Amino acid sequence: MYPGDANIVGMYEHPVRKAEGISLAQLHADVARGALEDAGLSLSDVDGYFCGADAPGIGAMTMAQYMGLKLRYTDSTETGGSSYIGHVHHAALAIAAGKCDVALITCADNQVASRKFIGLGGVDWRGAPEQPFEDGYYVGPAALYGMVAQRHMHAFGTTPEQLAWVKVAASHHAQHNPNAMLRDVVTVEDVIASPIVADPLHRLDCCVMSDGGGAIVLARPEIAKSLKRPRVRLRGAGEAVKHNAGGKIDLSFSAGRASARAAFHEAGIGPADIRYASLYDSFTITVIMQLEDLGFCEKGEGGRFVADGNLISGVGSLPFNTDGGGLCNNHPGNRGGITKLLEAIRQLRGEAHPAVQVPDCSLAIAHGTGGSLAGYHGAATAILERI
Amino acid sequence: MSDKITLPKAPEIWPEAQPYWDAASEGRLLVMRCLACEEHYVHPRPFCPHCGSDRTEWREAAGTGTIYTYTVTARAPVFAVPAMVRLAEGPIMMTAIVDCDPGSVAIGQEVALAFQPTDGGAPLPVFKPA
Repeated sequence: MYPGDANIVGMYEHPVRKAEGISLAQLHADVARGALEDAGLSLSDVDGYFCGADAPGIGAMTMAQYMGLKLRYTDSTETGGSSYIGHVHHAALAIAAGKCDVALITCADNQVASRKFIGLGGVDWRGAPEQPFEDGYYVGPAALYGMVAQRHMHAFGTTPEQLAWVKVAASHHAQHNPNAMLRDVVTVEDVIASPIVADPLHRLDCCVMSDGGGAIVLARPEIAKSLKRPRVRLRGAGEAVKHNAGGKIDLSFSAGRASARAAFHEAGIGPADIRYASLYDSFTITVIMQLEDLGFCEKGEGGRFVADGNLISGVGSLPFNTDGGGLCNNHPGNRGGITKLLEAIRQLRGEAHPAVQVPDCSLAIAHGTGGSLAGYHGAATAILERI
Repeated sequence: MSDKITLPKAPEIWPEAQPYWDAASEGRLLVMRCLACEEHYVHPRPFCPHCGSDRTEWREAAGTGTIYTYTVTARAPVFAVPAMVRLAEGPIMMTAIVDCDPGSVAIGQEVALAFQPTDGGAPLPVFKPA
């Protein structure tokens, strides 16, 4: 049984960043076909399909018809940007339980090209009971994460310069990614000099907004062994949800603390064993919080941990987001979980850009958060291993 | 477009929160309190999110609190200083700080209740430096 009985055999990232002239359904199908081609499989092999609210219509059913899938297992778990990391977890469980043989996960969005800036792609907030108590204050994502960052600075002495180091590291990686939206290497001074969006977050502390997406294919080991691609297995996974607890909210930590604890426990390893980390980077503060919550440093030490290039591949102790991440590469539908998985898989396969490839990368972590760290959010952690 | 907004949009009122907004229209802030575990909580619902009891009551808040966190943003319409305030009763609520110098707002600062009119609906609770 899981872990180990399901292998990641295919992956694909859409190169588009502004999807003009392409429908949402086609974007999902494009990434699906790309990942299946990478695996050496086709749509007719898929019998399990996983998607979030970014999929059009009623999600799995709508896409099954569009792609002509014959499904015996579907899962539309929706935890914002972390959904797809949860989907890998669920797909591995479903395969291990014999509920499907080949599982397809897609994420895609075209809200930039369609000019439908609705925040988290696909989510309808009607009926959300907290909305009347928050909407009128117009607290968008930047303001919410600005409040998290203010609290972190107050509690732990984190500085805007330390936040900036996260972006600096991402930009060092993005220079090698021809598809990245922002390929210029920036300095701490550049970040600090960019306009304040929500104090202490500057424009360059915020991720890009993009279209595009990606897909992942998992298969039973018997099938995976018959394919040509390098195999990656899920060694441990965890998920958690955190919320405002009736007003007893504590912004000093995220749901990642619980999801990572579960994932490391299942994997039987610790943070020191991880060679590469894909960390959700909606904002620079998101990365600092997660480094602490996942156990890469003590709580409150995240700012000091990231300083002086410690996240830069080939320079620091923990290479992160070597595709440039959400801060520089892409953030399709404001849902970065899928791209966190893709770059972790590239690293484990040895297929990252040579300038950022971690030598002999055998263990990687992909961690996502979805929703808002200042309110309710989901977290999903996947510890991935090269076979 | 957003700079033309001078009044926040009116809050949508769910049946379970009607007393909250009725009181807001009278300049009073209500919080809910659980009679079983004696904890206060936000947002309104007819059962306690801490212990699950349905023995709850509305209480009028003292209208004082401290800033738990905040940000200063030029982008938000109406409010330059969105914030979370810890009420004297305990719960932390989303709000905004008004009538303040944004540069002098600080975590831990004492604040007092005020109300911000909305576009045709119940007013929103906000806070100003005490």
